[in-house]
Amino acid sequence: MSKAVYMDYLATTPVDPRVMEAMVPFFTSIYGNAASRNHQFGWEAEEAVENARKSIADAIGAKPSEIIFTSGATESNNLSLAGLWEMYKEKGNHIVTLVTEHKCVLDTSEYLQREKGVDVTFLPVKEDGLVDLKELEAALRDDTLLVSVMFANNEIGVLQPISEIGKLCKERGIFFHTDAAQALGKVPINVEDLGVDLLSMSGHKVYGPKGIGALYVRKRKPRVKLKPIIHGGGHERGMRSGTLNVPAIVGFGKAVEIAIDEMEAETKRASKLRDRLEQALLKELDYTQVNGNLEHRLPGLSNISFNYVEGEGLMMAIPDIAVSSGSACTSASLEPSYVLKALGLSDELAHSSIRFGIGRFTTVKEVDYVVQSMVKGVQKLRELSPLYEMVLDGVDLSTVTWQHH
Amino acid sequence: MAYSDKVLDHYNNPRNVGSLDKDANNVGTGIVGAPECGDVMKLQIQVEEDRIVDAKFKTYGCGSAIASSSLATEWLKGKTVDEALEIKNTDIVDELQLPPVKIHCSVLAEDAIRAALQDVKDKADKEKE
Repeated sequence: MSKAVYMDYLATTPVDPRVMEAMVPFFTSIYGNAASRNHQFGWEAEEAVENARKSIADAIGAKPSEIIFTSGATESNNLSLAGLWEMYKEKGNHIVTLVTEHKCVLDTSEYLQREKGVDVTFLPVKEDGLVDLKELEAALRDDTLLVSVMFANNEIGVLQPISEIGKLCKERGIFFHTDAAQALGKVPINVEDLGVDLLSMSGHKVYGPKGIGALYVRKRKPRVKLKPIIHGGGHERGMRSGTLNVPAIVGFGKAVEIAIDEMEAETKRASKLRDRLEQALLKELDYTQVNGNLEHRLPGLSNISFNYVEGEGLMMAIPDIAVSSGSACTSASLEPSYVLKALGLSDELAHSSIRFGIGRFTTVKEVDYVVQSMVKGVQKLRELSPLYEMVLDGVDLSTVTWQHH
Repeated sequence: MAYSDKVLDHYNNPRNVGSLDKDANNVGTGIVGAPECGDVMKLQIQVEEDRIVDAKFKTYGCGSAIASSSLATEWLKGKTVDEALEIKNTDIVDELQLPPVKIHCSVLAEDAIRAALQDVKDKADKEKE
């Protein structure tokens, strides 16, 4: 391999060449402000935006008027939580979410808790990463305003039971938001079937450009309104001001169209590659496990712990392969991934994890090369590992008193 | 984050990987760190007449942690016990050009050295009894 192998498609994706092609005219030829009502430049830009809006609406079974554009899923998540609460705070002051949500949902929840006095319940998850529906139901109160549960988890790929949660919320008149950044274009989504009221989407997770996202805001049964968190000219039906990023929107629309078109075939292909990678690694290496529910997860994602070997050290053994680790050696707190900890993983296993994200451009050759490199790397580091040595000697690591400092 | 050449060198060609007989009277073993921090170092030294004649290490941790402990074994070999006590974590930081966020790796290596030296001392004291 002369070039580095990219296997971190959950972190971001390259812009698909077809998406790039669709975007280019909107930088230098069709460059009008989509809000310019008075001339051709504006009208053409607006038309392109509305076409993209329709593509995205179609992708999730919504109406175009229910889609607003944002700068990304982070903004969409912020808007969903803070914007909804601002609008309906008289209705209820309680939010229910999961401990495994993306940082932007957790942080926004904590902000509302700290600064606005909102009561937030952060529900734990089961060992496989799925929420316990009974526990969720028990957490719902008369003053619960919103439930926010992510569709597909970015670290372990786990798919939550969205339609069941939607049903629970509908029965109680509770708003339901889902962060679908990792799910869009990878698994089928229909907002009616799922019973969601708000759904966040991201461009750069689906072979579109970075810096663009969208939010589905239900218009009927019930009609959902949001107070904006970005104020200005009242764009996007007053919910998100700011000149629209036309080229990025066009790219996002095209990316979603392609993803929906190719979803069935791509799911098969990605799953096959992921299974090939997983099975080979589990076969060659002992004390190795896959994290998260094996059935309800994204195709193409595999989160694997290689016990007794530290994640960052392991990534150094594969310098020409791009993956990410659940180890937080560099973060000041020295704590491993909170998602993996939420699964009940021991600290060693959480520090020893690698997330493999297979995507549209991953080849069989790359998968085999990654397997080879990982096996070599793990074996080399296990030779260096005092923990592995102790385990082979029959020591139960959980009984050891470690000397902290 | 870019690693220094020296860290990469130690990582790719670690010196003195392995184990000494921890039950031997002249072998000192220091095990420091904890799995939950993502860093565990085992450092062992073989002492003869107050001089460290061999040193071995095994480390669970990132590249900087591995390099710090590998370097430690290199420095320990040939030193007297007293000379070994003078090794400071800042020496390791300087030699490997560790960034601020990796300084704790050098501190752990210094701890491991002291723990191994202490173990040798404890064993010697016990023999005297």
